[in-house]
Amino acid sequence: MDISNKKYDEMVKKASPTSPIVIDCVMAFLVGGGICCFGQFLFWLYERFGMNSKETRAMVSVTLIVIAAILTGIGIFDKIAKHAGAGTIVPITGFANSVVSPALEYKSEGFIMGTGANIFKISGPVIAYGTASSALFGLIYFIIQRVMA
Amino acid sequence: MRQGKNVIVFENKPSVIAWASVVGKKEGEGPLGSGFDMIIDDATAGKDTWEQAESDLQKTSIAILLDKAGVSDTQIDAVYAGDLLNQCSGAGFGLRGYEIPFSGVYGACSTSVLSMINAAIGVNSGAFNKAVSSTSSHFCSAEKQFRYPLEYGGQRTPTSQWTVTGAGSALVSNNTGNYPRIEKAILGKIVDKGVTDANNMGAAMAPAAAQTIYEFLTDTNTTPENYDLILTGDLGMVGTSLLYELLENEYGIDIKSVHNDSGLMMYDLEEQDVHAGGSGCACCGTVLCSKILNELNSGKLNKVLVVATGALLSTVSSFQGESIPSIAHGVLLTSGRADDE
Repeated sequence: MDISNKKYDEMVKKASPTSPIVIDCVMAFLVGGGICCFGQFLFWLYERFGMNSKETRAMVSVTLIVIAAILTGIGIFDKIAKHAGAGTIVPITGFANSVVSPALEYKSEGFIMGTGANIFKISGPVIAYGTASSALFGLIYFIIQRVMA
Repeated sequence: MRQGKNVIVFENKPSVIAWASVVGKKEGEGPLGSGFDMIIDDATAGKDTWEQAESDLQKTSIAILLDKAGVSDTQIDAVYAGDLLNQCSGAGFGLRGYEIPFSGVYGACSTSVLSMINAAIGVNSGAFNKAVSSTSSHFCSAEKQFRYPLEYGGQRTPTSQWTVTGAGSALVSNNTGNYPRIEKAILGKIVDKGVTDANNMGAAMAPAAAQTIYEFLTDTNTTPENYDLILTGDLGMVGTSLLYELLENEYGIDIKSVHNDSGLMMYDLEEQDVHAGGSGCACCGTVLCSKILNELNSGKLNKVLVVATGALLSTVSSFQGESIPSIAHGVLLTSGRADDE
């Protein structure tokens, strides 16, 4: 076939429908915002129980993680995420889902070589580069502080 | 025997004396649901893993096939079977209980036709009296191997396709009775037009389908009007529109009036939320081993060119920046009644 890769690429771009970006953004805003509002609600709730702000922050994260993990386990999270997109993936709920879903999927290969070896298959890059960048930026922050002082 | 440069002619016209299809719940709820031999409501098929479920589908489809043909496994001379899983494990594990000489076949989603060509070559040559071709795919095992865990909350792109859960098997024989016939075949060449998006398989495979269809029509000196149906494997919506465009622009061939695509036939695209359509080995495999062979047998269809398409990527090739090599194999089936004309 004579058609060049470049010309075919143009044809493919024309023939391929793109994601509905406006709807996706609106849904992400609404659901993501909703999760954040719920987090704020939990924050107030835990403060009312007399927790200090450090404990409250940790408890809010833990609560959201537990809820997302349970929803993943009972097969509901992905149905919500299908519509919510970045709205459920970007908050800490997405991180919980990305750990729990491979843990469930690979349990058929056993707890060691299955769940254990694959649990961070999706979240691994976030953990690796998140940790590396926090160390890097911590170093930069440290140097700037020393220079300023 | 050869015709033209690429077409294989089966002068002994092997017949397809039985065919069987098993599908999952979603496929059973689709427009072709009533034509399948068995619909399995439980995605695990009562097994512990997705991989076991897929093997079980293939095992069941062959059990139904043997039952329909009224033969036992020991009367089969060979089985050509494959699937999408690593090391063709769907077929290897699914067929281990049968006493049939086994040859694993990998052609990605073109496996249904590739294994049928292999069986037909064997029967036509006299090496086999009866040979089975079989293929399977499973949405869950394919997602696990090629994409993300099932419960992962990602969004599918509009160009993505839904892997068909099912298995289709056909029994090719030297029986000269009144059965659908395998008249000709064409082995495709690997075509790669630089598509790298693994979520747009239809676009990757359309050039391979276009080339195989063009070569078949040229070598056999026929036009699309000579066929009741030209059926492609799993190009889906995007791949089908690209196939039309490529055939018209590159070769001046218009197949629209006689063409359909298994990926478009399997599901109700809007209602069943499958985006660009169905895919997987079982997509063409089960459509061929239900509706198409049924209609060839009843005489509703007389001459059908089936071109199954496959994307020969691996689970690591996309991450290594490779584009997607694709293939399309074709087989010409007739109702067997053409002889009487």
